[in-house]
Amino acid sequence: MAAQTAGAAAAKATATPKSDDKEMLISGCEAIAHACRLADIDVVTAYPIRPYDTVMQMVSKMIADGDLDAEYIVAESEHSQFEIVKHASAVGARVFAGSSGVGWFYAFEALAVTAGLRLPVVAMVGNRALDDPGAFGCEHNDALAVRDLGWMLTWVETAQEAMDNALIAYRVAEDPHVFLPCAVSVDGAFLTHSQHLVKVPSKEKVDQFLKPYDRGSKLLHPDNPITIAPQVNEDWLIEIRKQNDEAMKRAQGVIVDAYKDFNRIFGRDHSPFLEEYMTEDADVVLVGQGTLAMPVKVTVRKLREQGKKVGFVRLKWFRPFPTDEIQQSLKRFKAVGVIDRDYSFGSPYSGGVLYTEVRSALYDLANRPLLHGFICGLGGREVTIEGVTEMSEILLKTKQTGKVDKQVAWIGVRE
Amino acid sequence: MSTIAVEVIYRGIFQKTMAKHITRGIVLAARKEGKVGIAFGRYGDSPERNGIPAKQFAIVADNDEELQGSIAKYEPTEVDVAIAVDDALCKGVESWAWYGLQPVNKLLKENGTLIVTTTQSAEELIPHIHKKELPYNLAVIKGKASFSGLWVYKNDHTDMRVLGALPRVAPHLFGSPALESAIREEWKDELKVASAEKSFERVQIRKVKPEEGNPEIPYSFTMPGWKSMEEGLVVRAIPLGSHFPGHDGGYRPERNPYFKKFTTRTMRPVVDFSKCTKCTLCWLQCPDSCFDVTPDGYYDANMEACCGCGVCEAVCPVDKCVTMVDDTRFDNNNGEWEMWKKDKDGYATWLASKIEHRPERSHGFHHRGQYEKERIEQTD
Repeated sequence: MAAQTAGAAAAKATATPKSDDKEMLISGCEAIAHACRLADIDVVTAYPIRPYDTVMQMVSKMIADGDLDAEYIVAESEHSQFEIVKHASAVGARVFAGSSGVGWFYAFEALAVTAGLRLPVVAMVGNRALDDPGAFGCEHNDALAVRDLGWMLTWVETAQEAMDNALIAYRVAEDPHVFLPCAVSVDGAFLTHSQHLVKVPSKEKVDQFLKPYDRGSKLLHPDNPITIAPQVNEDWLIEIRKQNDEAMKRAQGVIVDAYKDFNRIFGRDHSPFLEEYMTEDADVVLVGQGTLAMPVKVTVRKLREQGKKVGFVRLKWFRPFPTDEIQQSLKRFKAVGVIDRDYSFGSPYSGGVLYTEVRSALYDLANRPLLHGFICGLGGREVTIEGVTEMSEILLKTKQTGKVDKQVAWIGVRE
Repeated sequence: MSTIAVEVIYRGIFQKTMAKHITRGIVLAARKEGKVGIAFGRYGDSPERNGIPAKQFAIVADNDEELQGSIAKYEPTEVDVAIAVDDALCKGVESWAWYGLQPVNKLLKENGTLIVTTTQSAEELIPHIHKKELPYNLAVIKGKASFSGLWVYKNDHTDMRVLGALPRVAPHLFGSPALESAIREEWKDELKVASAEKSFERVQIRKVKPEEGNPEIPYSFTMPGWKSMEEGLVVRAIPLGSHFPGHDGGYRPERNPYFKKFTTRTMRPVVDFSKCTKCTLCWLQCPDSCFDVTPDGYYDANMEACCGCGVCEAVCPVDKCVTMVDDTRFDNNNGEWEMWKKDKDGYATWLASKIEHRPERSHGFHHRGQYEKERIEQTD
């Protein structure tokens, strides 16, 4: 929970990489492709949709160059893409697939059963608005749509984190205590289509972190004759759902352990669930996920120069939702503003998905902070310093008056 | 509290429409007396399979509040009347879902009534019906397992005859005038009204005491909880089979110990081993792998696993080697080969006696006019 200063953050970004890490200028998609290479995946499926599909180009190049030995299957749709990796995972292959926006939705049936079957598929979602109307830009509704199904969901801020979290995703998903699929959400355009300096570790290091996928006695193989996915009806299904529920609860601890190992082996200092930015003495904080952290951090620094005690809490894992961590963090502040790059029409107070979840997580606190929801950045519109300043001022006013005037506001929408 | 539950136990698909007529007729007739009710099929039986035992229910209550306790359930916990529209169901009811084998009278309340449409007598049926701790009534409506309501099969009024018996066996459900009024309104057919009236007179009712019936205790199983169930929806394969029991050679495959399937059967194959050429066709073609290989290379249909489909009879190239016969003429699931091995002459006599009953039941009607002819012979 150590608050970083602006200077420390800047110093970290320019630090020399560890000796055996290789610095590369690559996009968020390419960073995920390197994670696939380092994890030595066995099966990968492709179907083009912007903005995730750069990852497919990079993976195919790696295979062509002999840097990765994997089955590369071009499916005829996203549905088949995810059906193929689901089955491959059942026979013991480490798999990867990705999609975006409505492409991800086209795979929905396969996505639902992958979690139900407890198959550790790792996917990338290049977050994209759900068209029509046609839009390539970033909204989080695509990945969020699977939030109830047993998929673990993580959002990243940088290309570096995209690669790191993809490796962590394999480690957590394939843990026999978990065996759940995991989607790494990478904001369309801002991460998928821009190149950043990324420290790419050696295969040897990754091998220390990531053991081969072992499905054990659940492996679908002629030498281990089993049936999976039987018809179960009301006689069995609630017990199966309960097992999913417990696996998701266990994932929380497995994630913490994975980060410990990751930090030790790769020399990083990631915290598992939340990144706190200038929160130590903050009166009010914003909460959000993905790349909007960047303009928010810049704004927080500007407001700090004016003596305004604003901070930021970045949520890294949406599923499993870190309820305790969110409670412990947010109870320290007078007012909290949740930024949603998504919408949930008709929800309580017409708030976004993240707002509603945070609100629910805080309900049992004896002293809850005053809570605002902000919807912004839809369709990939930039989240601006002006916008974040507007949100911060609303929070500061609420802190003063002790009263929330309006629960949810849309920021940066033309009237 | 006055809720009356009726179940109709029938052969999936073949008797579905008829069962629906009965349950709808019950609710509509009770409505004529100002009662309310619901009619529904057991959801777990759907999609229905040919011949698999299935159930439909009618629940009747004095008012909506009383009815609420019977809504949003798959199956009532007890019934006042159970109706089996095929007497072969007296051996038990096993749906294709996870209910296990249920005695046909399992849900009957004390002094409730089991109605069976049959060409047999109550005395002949009782040894097949599992013993019950409480006394109940057995009502017999003369008639074979009807296909009435199935596509082109002629309506033989079995549904109306069952409905007509209800005011006799369960007068608290509804009286004959209400039933007749409901039949006129729903089906607009005076002949159907007449069939119901006739059945009211003809139905025969007999008390069944707790000590009467099949003493066998149906197998049961426990359903594991989420902590003990294997995760990942994994179901372990049944192990490979081994030799024919009691012998060194031969082969019997391992079979699902929980799902027996034999209550689907209305006909069973009997094999004349003296004619068998060991051609393997029955063993190869049986969709349920029900044939065990005997130590001397014959194929013995295992009656715990046989669904009575008749494929073996159809593929057997030898005349009168495999013959499908009426399953209600058997009191057990014993193997035939062992019997033949012990006493070949005795087996031949036994076989002939079983084949004699062959025309009493069929899987369908093979020639025009067969249905009408058999119906008259058996019911009038």
